[in-house]
Amino acid sequence: MNKKLLSAPFIFWSVLFILVPLCMVFYYGLTDKTGAFTLNNILAIATQEHSKALWESIKLSLISTVICFLLAYPLAMILSHMNTNKNSFIVLIFILPMWMNFLLRTLAWQTLLEKTGVINSVLSFLHLPALNIINTPYAIVLGMVYNFLPFMVLPIYNVLVKIDVNVINAARDLGANSFQTFLKIIFPLSIPGVISGITMVFVPALTTFVISKILGGSKILLIGNVIEQEFTQTGNWHLGSGLSIVLMLFIIFNMVISAVTDKDGEVNAL
Amino acid sequence: MKNALVNLVNISKSFDGQLILDDLNLYIRENEFLTLLGPSGCGKTTTLRILGGFEKPDKGQVIFEGNDITNLPPNKRNLNTVFQKYALFTHMDVAENIAFGLKIKNKSKSYIDDKIKYALKLVNLDGYEHRMPDSLSGGQQQRIAIARAIVNEPKLLLLDEPLGALDLKLRQDMQYELIRLKNELGITFIYVTHDQEEALTMSDTIVVMNQGYIQQIGTPEKIYNEPENAFVADFIGDSNIIGATMVRDRLVEILGARFACVDEGFGENKPVDVVIRPEDVELVSPAEGTIQGTVTHLIFKGVHYEMEVAANGYEWLVHSTKMHEVGSQVGIRVDPFNIQIMNKPESEDEEAAHIDE
Repeated sequence: MNKKLLSAPFIFWSVLFILVPLCMVFYYGLTDKTGAFTLNNILAIATQEHSKALWESIKLSLISTVICFLLAYPLAMILSHMNTNKNSFIVLIFILPMWMNFLLRTLAWQTLLEKTGVINSVLSFLHLPALNIINTPYAIVLGMVYNFLPFMVLPIYNVLVKIDVNVINAARDLGANSFQTFLKIIFPLSIPGVISGITMVFVPALTTFVISKILGGSKILLIGNVIEQEFTQTGNWHLGSGLSIVLMLFIIFNMVISAVTDKDGEVNAL
Repeated sequence: MKNALVNLVNISKSFDGQLILDDLNLYIRENEFLTLLGPSGCGKTTTLRILGGFEKPDKGQVIFEGNDITNLPPNKRNLNTVFQKYALFTHMDVAENIAFGLKIKNKSKSYIDDKIKYALKLVNLDGYEHRMPDSLSGGQQQRIAIARAIVNEPKLLLLDEPLGALDLKLRQDMQYELIRLKNELGITFIYVTHDQEEALTMSDTIVVMNQGYIQQIGTPEKIYNEPENAFVADFIGDSNIIGATMVRDRLVEILGARFACVDEGFGENKPVDVVIRPEDVELVSPAEGTIQGTVTHLIFKGVHYEMEVAANGYEWLVHSTKMHEVGSQVGIRVDPFNIQIMNKPESEDEEAAHIDE
């Protein structure tokens, strides 16, 4: 009885801010303006404009995820080999930017990348050609990688430090050189962390509208931006909810894959 | 040494300024079951890791079959290790674990399959090819770890406290298994343990180590019956270690009473340590004893009674199948052959006897 009482605020919170909004999304998504049931809002994803935005989102978030992975894995390897004092300092350096507001960090990149921004000022001072990547997919990928890289590093680092050093020694003892040991032992054992990292980068990258808005101008529409516009500008909550449901299905699909492969709960470890 | 398989020459190693091994010399004969025995921190595991190639000595050489392998990485050494907590590859099944070393060496599939079958039979786990390591008990995992090592036909097998995590009964079974394996395979075993009973049961040769020094090398009988110093006597089994004076050859004065012994050549009136094993202390009637005392403790141990007898200011530990009630007066007698005389250590350095061959 006592325990149930203690959980009351949490239940109240969950119902009010998770369950109710979710029900509303489904209600709006599955009805039209008259309140009648329809699948049109969901099928609207098939229209050229929407499917292009979804495809663009998937493409850019996949590219960002791959880049994050390629940067994060070696980094996590280096971190896991360091002694505890040094590596907690480096982990701190990594996490430090995460303490700052997400919006602020993205705006900072805008200032850096702008046509007359900090980077181009320095480049023109050095008589080098200007860097014109603001308002292009490159800037969006850069923003995604910068913001989400720590979410890839940490789960991989987590699994790597947990690998028993004697397991690696055993592989060496049985005749494997460093490369074979990595390929056959270290990498396969780190796959749960890699999957967690991929999920934790891919899902937020897929749904972001802030990064694309700030660094992509209004030229590149991602699915997040389309949904945002339906809610804030067009005022068509039905269509916005319908598209949200489609996006949710993508995310749930991704989560299921990672849950199946992630038996040790690396995602929860964070 | 002529038929030495491995020779450790002047090995020194320290970690963070702390000396772990100091100028260690040791040779291991072919087909020998050699045990490095000592308390934790004595340098036994470091010695094994240096042999396996996981640690480089600061000084000294590792000679294997006449070649200097000091700087060779582990994968280039013709020896294999069985690790303390098995260190199986959890993402592979039993067959893949055993095949790992053979696949690296590009052996043919039929050769590998034969070897897996043979190795599983050897460790009494036929039919376990497709089990995952997580689904096996500790003892079974240990057998797989041994199978994984021996399929590579190493000249030398290093075992780092392989039975440490098993319960007593299983440990005893595995001790016999290991002796059988060693005899069937004809591989040289170097075994690390802190368990003196394990060492006595299995070894051809025991190397007792403490604080980075070899204290004594010998057969189990020799180590047990003729410990060279108080550390070895104390570490190997229960014992009464008493300060005494060697009056002359074959006569020692212990706690004010004179006992006949068989040792000679210690000089006259020289202070020494004597070791008397608790099972060698005979309790007789007070009149028959060399010294007299009172029983202060009595515990039933199954095979024997363990008693403590206060006599001449020392608590004697006694194992006997005959019980004497607490408080009863007894006499203590010791057969001259069972009194082991040791030189008193004159300094720390001397206690840690350097042994060079």
